[in-house]
This record gives sequence, structure tokens and C-alpha cells, in this order.
Amino acid sequence: MKTYAMRTLAILSLLALAPVSVHAAGGHGLDLEPMEVRLQDTRSLQNGAKIFVNYCLSCHSAKYQRYNRMAEDLQIPADLVEQEMLVGDAKIGDPMTTTMPKDKAAEWFGVAPPDLTLVARLRGADWLYNYFKGFYVDETTVSGWNNTVFPNVAMPHVLAEWQGRQRAVFGQDDHGNPVFERFEQETEGAMDAHEFDHAMQDLTNYLVYMGEPARLKRVRYGMWVMLFLFAFGALAYLLKKEYWRDVDVSH
Amino acid sequence: MSFNEWFNKRFPADKMMREHLTEYFAPKNFNFWYFFGSLALMVLVLQIVTGVLLAMNYKPDAELAFASVEYIMRDVWGGWFVRYMHSTGASFFFIVIYLHMFRGLLYGSYKNPRELVWIFGMVIYIAMMATAFFGYLLPWGQMSYWGAQVIVNLFETLPIIGGALSEWIRGDYVISDITLNRFYAFHYLIPFILVALVVLHIIALHETGSNNPDGVEIKKGPKGNRWSKDAPADGIPFHPYYTVKDLLGVVVFLVFFFAVVFFFPEMGGYFIEAPNFEPANPLKTPEHIAPVWYFTPYYAILRAVPSFAGTQVWGVLAMGAAIVLFFFLPWLDRSPVKSVRYKGPSTKVFLAIFVVTFLVLGWLGTEAPSVELTAMAQFLTVVYFLFFLLMPCYSGTGDNLGFSGFLLFVIGLLMSLGLFYLLWGETPDLSTAMKWFYTLVTIAILFFLGVKPGWIRADAIKPVPERVTG
Repeated sequence: MKTYAMRTLAILSLLALAPVSVHAAGGHGLDLEPMEVRLQDTRSLQNGAKIFVNYCLSCHSAKYQRYNRMAEDLQIPADLVEQEMLVGDAKIGDPMTTTMPKDKAAEWFGVAPPDLTLVARLRGADWLYNYFKGFYVDETTVSGWNNTVFPNVAMPHVLAEWQGRQRAVFGQDDHGNPVFERFEQETEGAMDAHEFDHAMQDLTNYLVYMGEPARLKRVRYGMWVMLFLFAFGALAYLLKKEYWRDVDVSH
Repeated sequence: MSFNEWFNKRFPADKMMREHLTEYFAPKNFNFWYFFGSLALMVLVLQIVTGVLLAMNYKPDAELAFASVEYIMRDVWGGWFVRYMHSTGASFFFIVIYLHMFRGLLYGSYKNPRELVWIFGMVIYIAMMATAFFGYLLPWGQMSYWGAQVIVNLFETLPIIGGALSEWIRGDYVISDITLNRFYAFHYLIPFILVALVVLHIIALHETGSNNPDGVEIKKGPKGNRWSKDAPADGIPFHPYYTVKDLLGVVVFLVFFFAVVFFFPEMGGYFIEAPNFEPANPLKTPEHIAPVWYFTPYYAILRAVPSFAGTQVWGVLAMGAAIVLFFFLPWLDRSPVKSVRYKGPSTKVFLAIFVVTFLVLGWLGTEAPSVELTAMAQFLTVVYFLFFLLMPCYSGTGDNLGFSGFLLFVIGLLMSLGLFYLLWGETPDLSTAMKWFYTLVTIAILFFLGVKPGWIRADAIKPVPERVTG
């Protein structure tokens, strides 16, 4: 029995080596509308943080990110974070966990909402931005929503009141598979398309920051390191030249 | 008696300094390719220092490992910097070593009398690959987990002992907490063995003396230079000449290194793969499992070899052979000269083909397979092996090939026939043009570089000068 299980496992992992490529929920082959990440735009990051804490954090956690790190990096006053942003009975030095129990969440949505700390590093900014804008009404799914970037996603459209309801129009490719063509607005939301785009850019910006808080600093440090290396390199070159002055390489 | 005297009577510090630095006479004509030895040593030290710092906060526990890496990235002061230096250092170590090995191929640094230098170097390369493989599991991300799963399962294909062997490596039926613990232990151990191997590599090198771009043995040339009557005329003391030169090399290297660390730490997914930002999940296979770039040429060879007689072991054997063949270079190369500068056109052409083959195989190893790409990988796998198997033919100058050389040619011929069978018999979806292209190029290699008719043999080598030429 044990050997049978091992065999199966071995065969399975060899299948992974064999010429197969399983397309899981990823929406590859879809053209993503690119989004410019602007981490130097603190107002955008602050707005993104607000949206994230108010709308995402009730179901999703960001358990590697601490509230006070966010407050410090995004220049949000600590007392404001304590009054407006803490979820449950969290303290400002705590990581952003959610109050929703994981097993209950899995029961309600069919899948436990994943932790979002690193989602931007896993998916990329363009994917997230298009995902946020890609929800459309689909009566065939459990939640009543579907997504062009993440087909049959378990999550409903949380920001539908902002964006309004839209339907997706699909065409067909040469093999008869459905191909997304465009959205059709069904009802208006609280924001127009331009405002919603901006809000989602802010949210994406924030998620990119949260995936790697050090990114705010590392590019700046990098510039100084390069500057030092160029200066030191010039000295090292002169030193080498001075030492080698008396070496005639061709005899 | 000064402290210096007291100390040196008991330990040969000054003597070693002279033998290996101030009175070690290296050829004066080292060029660009000679920077990578000292750079490799520096990256090794950098990896050990950053690795020890990471170990202070890393937790080798399946429940805690992923979170401890994020803890290092966020909560440890400067942790992100140390971690990026370590992850970037791993890739740069391989870049530097590949260039260092290419230098050996260019100038015949493996040839008599430096066979042992080369063999110690190859052992270092294998120890590096083991260290990198064990280390890649530690972040406990999806690609860490599934990459290790795939590689350990390769052992499963070996007949009779396979199952027991892979289970013994993992310590479990799947990659688990137990595996993580032992991989961590090995990842910490092997670098110190690497240091010992580097010492052997350098002792062997300093015994024979360094080769150079001309492949001229300076020890056999005229004697006497400004520093010593007995030293080779074309030699200069390693210190200070090559220490100041290598310092410049270090700075240029660090510009590239820190550009990646500070500006592109993921290097577009080649140095840190995106799926590794998701914790390991034994129940969810990533859509495309690819090893890190430095293993991909061998991974492409592994995938290119089809199963035969009901087993996949042939791919594993081919992958092993692709690495092991490097050990035999000193005896496969029968050229009377060392440097590519004085070798015939056949060596130059095949070396260029080999470099392109290695790079393209590396790219193929990162791609999801398709009919076209698999056929290309199969063709390039055969070219890769022909580079070694035909070397006694194309590096010789028309003297008797000998039985072993002839045998290797026959093995190369059989591999080529196997390729033709795969192309024409087993790959119906490949265009006929590509089939002909692969077939004709293989035949051309076998004919011009293997059979090597007389009119090619004629200009086999150029005369080597007495002294180095710069």
C-alpha cells in the first residue's frame, strides 16, 4: 500500500517533468492593461491603505505587515491608525490579521481567502489592477460574479457599489473558445470609470508597497551605493595603472 | 625576539605569504577572463557571511520557515539587504563560475599538468550545485517545495534502489518538515567543505603555476625578472600586481551585483521566482515548475531524453553524464597546444557552437515544453554530447585516434542516429524543414568535426610562441 502510494507520487511528479502545462486560475494569454506603479506617491499609497483596510481586511489577512510599519512608511499619524484602521482588538504594533475564522471563511466562500501581504509579488501589479476592474455579473456562478482575469473566482465583487454592475461580452476564437471582448455597463456605481480606475491604481500601489516595504528605501540606497562604487572604481583604476606602469606585457 | 619571529618559528605565516602572494609569479598577460577566479572566491565569502547572518533569524521548520523569511525581509534591521545579497549572490556565483569554466575551455587550463586543478574545480562546481539545491528549499515557497520534489523524485527512476534512495534523501514519503531540517543542515555544512576544496584547488594551481591566454608554460621559458633571478621572466608577483588588478575587477563586479540587489532583486523572475512568494502547499502543484536558471541547461537535457523500455532513467543518466563529462576534458582534448589562439578552426567552431548550445538549452529549461521546443532540446542535447564525444577527433592533429577515441565517436554516432529516429519517427507534428535542418547540421558536425577529412586536418594548429604575447 505504502509502495503504491509512493509509486503514484513518483509518477505524478514525473508527469510534472513531462511536456504538460496545466493552466490553473491565472488567465494567461489575456492581454493585461499595464499599470504604472508609483511608490513615491504617498497620497496614492495612503488612499490605497484606506481602501485595503476598510474593504479587504475584513476577510483577508496581511499577517506579515504590521500596522505601525504601514503608519511609519506611509506617513499616516499613529493615532489616526489607532482610531480608524485597527481591525478587531488589534494593537498598533500587531500584524494585520483578520477577525474572520479561517475554517468558517472556507465554509462560506468555498475557499479560505488567501493572505494578501505578498499577493503583488506573486501576481504582479498589472494582474491585480486588471483583476480589480475585471468583475462582471454572471448568474451561473455561486456568488453571482465572475472575473475576466481570474475565471470562476470565489470572491464576489466587493466594490460593486463603486464601480456599478457590468457585463462581459465574449467573442470566439478559431477553435470556438470564448474570448473576452469588452464590458457593458449595466448600472452606474458611486464612481465614474475614471475615478474607479484611480482608486484601483491606489489600491494596487498599496499592495505593491506591502509586498516589499523595503522597496521604498532600496532604490534610494542603491543610488548612493552606485555613486560610491563609481568613485571607488576610479581610484582603483588609477591605482592599478600606477602599479602596472612598469610592466610591459609584450616582453 | 620580536613577536613576528616568535610566531613564524612556530607557524609559516610569512612563508605562506611569499609562496602564494608576494613571490607567486603569475604570467603577466592575464586578460579579462582571469578576473573570475578571485571573484568566485569573493562571492563564496559573501555567501558565507550573509548566510550566517540569515541563519540567525531563519527557522528551519515547515510551519515557521516562510514566515521567518518575511520576518527577515520586514522586521530584521537590514534583513532585506542581507537576504537580497544572498539570493543575488547565489545566481552571481554561478555566473562567475560559468565564466571561470569557459576561461578553462578557451585556454586549455585543464590540460597537462593542471588536470587536478580542473578536477578539484569540477568537484567545487558539484558541491556548489548541491548547496544551491539544498538552499533553494529553505524559503519554503511553492517553487522551493515543488522544485525539490521534482529533483528528489529523479532518484526514484533508478532501478531497484530508486524508491528507497529517494525516501532516504527526503526522510519521508514527500518533501516535509524532516526534509527541510536536513536540507538546512547540508546547506550550512557544504559551504565549509567548499572552502576546503577551494584551498585544494589553489594549492594544486600554485604547484603547477597559472596557465595564461597563450597557453605558454612560463616556468619552462627564460628565467630572471626584476624580483628574482630564478623566477620566470614572464612572471610578475601576484601581490601587488594582480591584487590591485583584481580589486578593479571586484568594483566592476559589484556595480552589476548591487544593481541587481537594489534595483532588480527578482531579476524578472530568474533569480527569485514569483511562485515562491506563496507558501509551500503540498496539495497544489504550480502550473509550471522550472528550476532556477543555473540548473536549466541540465534540466532541458533531462526533459529532452524520452522514456525507453518503460523507464525514465535515461534522462536522469543523460543529465548526470552531461556534468560528469567535464571531468574528462583533460584526456578528451588531444591537441598539442593549450590555447584556443593556436588551435585549429575545428576547435574554435565547436567551442562557439557549444557555448550557444549551453545557453539555448538553459533557455529551453525555463520554458514550458512544446513539439518545436522539445525537438530543439533533443537536437541540442546531441550537439552538447558531441562536443565531448568528438573532442578526441577534432582536437587531434591527424595522429592515430586510438580505440577509446574511436569508441567515443561510435557512441556519438549512435546518439545522432537516436536523434534521427526521434525526429523522423516520433515527432510527426514537427515541420519537415526543421527535421532536415537538425539532421543536416548533425551530419555536418559528425563529418567535418568527427571524421575530419584531410583538407581540414591540414591547418590544424598554429605555432605557439616561445614567450607570452600579451
